[in-house]
Parts: sequence; structure tokens; C-alpha cells
Amino acid sequence: MTKHRNSIAFWAGVAIFLVAVLSMTQIVRNEYPFFAGYVILQFIALAVAWSILGGYAGYVNFGTNAFFGVGVYTAVALFKATGAPLVVQIAAAAAVGMTLGFGVGLLTLRMRGIFFSIATIALAIIIETFVMNWRFVGGAAGIQLQRPPVMAPFDSYVKMLFFVQAVLVVIAVGIARYIQNSRIGRGLQALRDDELAAECTGVPTLKLKLVACMISGALMSAVGAPAAMYLQYADPSSAFNLTYSVSALAMSLIGGTAHWIGPVLGAILLGSTQQFLAVTISSEINVLVLGIMLVLFVVAAPKGIIGLLRPRYRLRAGGKP
Amino acid sequence: MFSMDLLLGAVVLGVLLGCFYAAVSVGLSVSFGLLDVPHVAHPAFLVLASYGVYQLNESYDIDPLVAGLAITPLFFLFGLLAYRVYYETFEKRGSDAGVRGIAFFFGIAFIIEVLIILQFGVDQRSVSATYIGKSWRFGEFRIPIRQLVAFAVALGLTVLLAVYLSKTFMGRAIRAVAQDEEALRLMGANPVRIKQFAFGIATAVLGIAGALLIIVAPIEPTLDRAYIGRTFCVVVMAGLGSISGTLIAAIILGVAETIVLTMFGASWAPAISFAMLLAVLAVRPQGLLGR
Repeated sequence: MTKHRNSIAFWAGVAIFLVAVLSMTQIVRNEYPFFAGYVILQFIALAVAWSILGGYAGYVNFGTNAFFGVGVYTAVALFKATGAPLVVQIAAAAAVGMTLGFGVGLLTLRMRGIFFSIATIALAIIIETFVMNWRFVGGAAGIQLQRPPVMAPFDSYVKMLFFVQAVLVVIAVGIARYIQNSRIGRGLQALRDDELAAECTGVPTLKLKLVACMISGALMSAVGAPAAMYLQYADPSSAFNLTYSVSALAMSLIGGTAHWIGPVLGAILLGSTQQFLAVTISSEINVLVLGIMLVLFVVAAPKGIIGLLRPRYRLRAGGKP
Repeated sequence: MFSMDLLLGAVVLGVLLGCFYAAVSVGLSVSFGLLDVPHVAHPAFLVLASYGVYQLNESYDIDPLVAGLAITPLFFLFGLLAYRVYYETFEKRGSDAGVRGIAFFFGIAFIIEVLIILQFGVDQRSVSATYIGKSWRFGEFRIPIRQLVAFAVALGLTVLLAVYLSKTFMGRAIRAVAQDEEALRLMGANPVRIKQFAFGIATAVLGIAGALLIIVAPIEPTLDRAYIGRTFCVVVMAGLGSISGTLIAAIILGVAETIVLTMFGASWAPAISFAMLLAVLAVRPQGLLGR
């Protein structure tokens, strides 16, 4: 009964959020809040997507940038080749991201801990190198993009992207929440705590890992797809920037990975701090703050913000006693 | 375009480069290979050492190799401290050490990178010494003397560490702790202190390795990212903890890199070590001389 009521509250919250975002795009004139807000929304979606594999399953993915960049370049290639609309670009990016996730899953099925993490970095660098040598999308120099005209209810492209990214956040959170409450989530948590024991008690660990890789990858690539239109420009070294990886990882771990709300909180907190610091001081300082916060939280508050707020999550997220 | 001379030249340079890769990887071979610490920050420590050498060379005009030797004790202490923090916060508590330990070192690597950028800027830096900039000619191809110096020192360093680990009392203790920590504890030794000391040695070696890094080529703050691939590729390919394997694997990597560089051009170079790493992980995860 409470679960049912929780569900209603959640979807009502989602509806209110989307309506608020939509009306904000209609009322607020100034474009800057959307420009900054887009980045925060992007990080929320990335962090939530990361935590599906990194949080529930305990596989530390350093390759967020690989999926993000693949999303960016799927959109770029498709747009350049066919002029496909944004929705199609995002759907295609999600499909490619899911395929890549499947590949990563297959390749790394037997790798654990640090080996998995290093393999994901390796993948990111290899894909980046391929894109750098891919002339059609501009190679290492990057590519300029002309935004198509904006669609009906919106009066500027940035506002539309802001709304689109808000929808992606809702999709990511919805999926993460579903996984968390379903057999998949419990299976992932079981394999996180003890993979061998989970395997022995009949949890289909390999299948679950593959599913988690695919869903997480599809979401990350989908989030990356609008980035090219947002910047009107794409180049390999910024699309595949390692900062995306450290941000997604840091935001999830700082927020706490036991519940989907953790990455959301972490991303909002760090994302807005970053936006503020990047404007007021410099972008180096904000990476420094990110790194220091990550180390501090990992050392002193292993369960993240939600662990500090609600002690009962400590037990659930704790793994081995 | 394919000529034997070109290939031979690439192989020779590759062997030189490979020994250099061995020197930058032996530390990781101890800390990750023997001690099982997920030391993703190893390449960041390496680049930090290079900047230390650069600073000494720039302000006091000290030879880079001497400067590298001079910062070695400092790095030893740094390593002791880093392991102590890692042990107290992760290994000792046991639970969930994997995820958070990796994230911890990843965060440390990023902090070091940014601090270097704040202090030195993003420009490339290099050192000056009498042997940098000259080269020896052998008919068709030339070998830069800086490569030869790096090769000789790197080889010496790797062999020295291999001898240390197999012949001395402390070295054998380090290998023992890698083999069976519990047994060592039952013998009345303190495995944590041995591991801490080993991590100190692994970090101290980076003083010299950092000097070699800046001798071989100019450095920049984000260079550590490329070396994540190279060092982990070498250590995993070698078989965790095998020092002689490290030398062989590093030479294989060096030769592969120079051959691809000569055949296909520099834009493919960054991917090679990572591709080899993935291949090794997928096909033979225990490495060439795995334990």
C-alpha cells in the first residue's frame, strides 16, 4: 500500500517538475538560467545513469566520457548526413549507447574491480582516437553545427534543449527508480555485496551485469546527444573529456548510491557549485573542488549525503558488515 | 613504404622506449601487482615527480637525473603517507573497499592534475641538460642521446629493483606479504608495516622515473592520462607483480608503439597501449608471467 502511494507521489512530483520546467521556459526571458541549468540537468542524468552500474552493481565505470562522446558524435554524424531532428538524434544515440554497453558488458564480463575500471578508460581512449581520425565529423579539429529553427512552444533553442534535458532526467530517474525496486536492482545489489555468493544462490549475475551496462550506456549516450546542438560545436577532446567521468562518479558517490535520490542530490549540489565557481573564479578551481569533495566524501562519509541525512540507508548500502 | 631499414630503426627505438616504460611501470608493478592497491593515481604521481624535477632544474640548474635522485626521499615519505591513509580508510575497514578505493585514487589523480595546472599552467615544460638535443647517427637513422640516457638509467633502475625484491631481506618480506599475508602475521611480522614500506619504495622509484619522463620528452599536466594506459598495460601484460615480466611487456609495448607510429602516424599512438591492455585483459588476464 505504501509502495503504491509512493509511486503516486513520485509521478505527481515528476509531473509538477516537468510543468514547472515548461512554464519556466515560457515565462523567463533571459537565456542564461537555461544555459547554466542545462549543464546541471545533464549532470543529474549522467550521475543517475552512472549509479545504475556503479552504484547498484558496484562496478566503477571510468568510461562515462566514452558513452557521452559516442552520444555526441552519433548525433553529429546523423545530423550531418540526414539533418535528422533532435528526437531522432537522441533515440539513435541511445540505441548506439546500448549497443556499446552490450559490447562493454561482453568484453568485461569476467573483469572485476580495478580491471573493469581500467578497461572502461581504455575503451574511451580507443573510441576517441577513432573519432579523431574520422574525417566525416571533422577529425581532431572538430565540427561547427548550424542549429535548425526552433519548434513551436519554445522561443529559443537553448530553452528547448533545457526542456529536452529535463525530460531525459525524468526518464533516467524513472528507470533508476524502477530498477532499484525491481528484481534487477536486488540482483545487482546482491552481486555487488558478494558476486560469488549471488551466483551460487541463483542470481543470474552475468545477465544482470549486461542489462545494467546496456541501460546505463543507453542513458549516458542519450544525454550526450543534445550536447552538440547546445554548443553548436563538437570536438573529440571535449566530447570525450575525462571530466565527465570524474563528475558522474563524484556526484553519485557524494550523493550516495543506495537510492536514486543520491546521485540527483549530488549532481544538483556539485553541478550548481561548479556553475557558480566556473563563472566567478575559474574552471580549474571547480575541477579541484570536485576532486577534493570526492576524496573527502569517500574517506569520511562513505554513504554520501543520503547516508548523512538518513542513517537507515547505511544498513542497506553497507554491503558486508 | 615498407622497408627493412625503417622497421629495424623502429624496433631499436622501440626497445629503448620500452625500457623507459619499464622504469615508469615498476612502481605500479609493486603497488598494484604485489600489494593489490588500485593505484590509478600512479601516473599522476609520476607526472608530479617530473614537475618537481623541472622546478629544481629551472631554478637551481641541477641536472635532471640528480634532481630526480634528490626528490626520491620525499616521494618515499609521500608514499608512506598515501598508503597509511589508504590503509586506515579502506583496507582496515574492509567493506566496500573496492569501489571507494578506486574512486579515492581517481580523485587524488585529478587533484594532482589540477594543482599542477594551477601552479605551472597548461604549457609544455622541458628540462635542459648537456645530453638533451644531441643525437648519434648510424648511417640512415639517428638515435637521440636523451633516449639512450633514459634507456640506460631505466634498465639500471628496473634491474636494481628486481634484485632488491629477490635478494634482500626486506625485498623478500615484500614478496612474502604479497603471497600470504595471514601466514606472515602468524610468523609474528607486521604485514601492514611491510606493505607501507613497499608502497614507499614503489613511490620513491617515481622520483627517478619522473626525471626520465621529462628527459625523454616535454611534459604537460594531463600527460598522466596517457600513462594510465601504458603503465597498466605493462603491469597487467607482465603478470601482476613480476618484475622481469614488466621489462619484457614494456619492451613489447615500446616496439608496438614505435612500429604503429612509423606505419600509421602519430594520431593513432594514444590508442595502442589501451588496445593492448584490453586485448590482454580479454585473452590472457593473468599476463605473460602471471603468478
